Amino acid sequence: MYAQMVKSTGKALLSREEMSPQERAFQDRIDQGEKIEPKDWMPEGYRKNLIRQIGQHAHSEIVGQLPEGNWITRAPTLERKANLLAKVQDEAGHGLYLYCAAETLGVSRDQLFEMLHTGKMKYSSIFNYPTLTWADMGAVGWLVDGAAIMNQVPLQRTSYGPYARAMVRICKEESFHQRQGFQIMLTMANGTEDQKRMAQDALNRFWYPALMMFGPSDKDSVHSAQSMAWKIKMNTNDELRQKFVDETVPQAEFLGLTVPDEHLTWNEDTGHYDYSEPDWNEFFDVISGNGPCNTERLEARKMAWDDGAWVREGMLAHARKSQARKAAAE
Amino acid sequence: MSKKTDSTENAHNTSGQDEWPLWEIFIRGQHGMSHRHVGSLHAADSEHAIKNARDVYTRRNEGVSIWVVRASDIAASSPSDKGPLFDPSRDKIYRHPTFYDLPDEAGNM
Repeated sequence: MYAQMVKSTGKALLSREEMSPQERAFQDRIDQGEKIEPKDWMPEGYRKNLIRQIGQHAHSEIVGQLPEGNWITRAPTLERKANLLAKVQDEAGHGLYLYCAAETLGVSRDQLFEMLHTGKMKYSSIFNYPTLTWADMGAVGWLVDGAAIMNQVPLQRTSYGPYARAMVRICKEESFHQRQGFQIMLTMANGTEDQKRMAQDALNRFWYPALMMFGPSDKDSVHSAQSMAWKIKMNTNDELRQKFVDETVPQAEFLGLTVPDEHLTWNEDTGHYDYSEPDWNEFFDVISGNGPCNTERLEARKMAWDDGAWVREGMLAHARKSQARKAAAE
Repeated sequence: MSKKTDSTENAHNTSGQDEWPLWEIFIRGQHGMSHRHVGSLHAADSEHAIKNARDVYTRRNEGVSIWVVRASDIAASSPSDKGPLFDPSRDKIYRHPTFYDLPDEAGNM
């Protein structure tokens, strides 16, 4: 998802007998649905896992502004431009909510940025794909935000209070994102032949990368069990991916577009669609830095940070000076 | 957690010298309710914090008034005080109106 392949501390799931009394009491609180708050005692692994997961999620929101920012100046109408601008602004806001949630765990904002910029922390693989045409704005809103919402809705019930509260805000704001994307697709799918072709092409390019957003298949997902016991992950990768496919295929049919999967069929017995898995080699390649836009995205991020340094320093210097002047006058 | 945060949940202690300080943001919504904690953000000073809060927390007309407080200025109770602080009020059910059984004839009260 926005947090794919979050590495756990590498330890297997502890049985109750193996837990210390403190760990057992902690697990009991989670099992009873209590929220864990920043100053409460928590196992070191819980804290570390959460920093990785929330941090990766925050980074994804921030880097996720770039593929869409690419089209703000070239949106086809003023209304579309205002819509897209509002969406990208929301993503900045969502990143900020999440960074604050991560900071409650004892990591600083600057440390999080540094880990992003040096590649120590990841962001979602999806943002390493280029946005080539305006139809990609539709596909991103519809598929990428659609996939993100699927993951974020259950995370509103996650065990860590600040994370859950950030998710509540994000979910409330994000449903417009998917709708604005779908509306773009709808307009193009019902437009001229060229527009329809662009819409289909965008779906072709974003379908499998969107499926990858949920992370590797459950059988290859070694870090899930502990995260699920701690309720920092609420569903397995495959569960969410299936749910996404089931909801999205009828939408594609409504648009009159074809999902680029010749093996896609409705399965009467399971009540779900059977679908082809994405190319996992491509996924591992993109997540480890070799996607089409990894370098460009990280460069843009670093440039924004470096070019903004004088502003950050200047504002802090001004604030300190005014403070000193005020103190002297009192 | 080995490191103790001093006051609020967000008062992290790992911030560098040149990081803008953290502010807790409180917003009053439309309907005359109290200011409510909505989250936090970094800003150089209080004026800057109010401007940022407007952008981060009121993009959809959520508020009519903003308070900002430096996170490090908030004193908070600690989780270990939960018992001594809140247990005494647990058994005083007579503080709730439902404790008092009145006949229907007495009417609404």
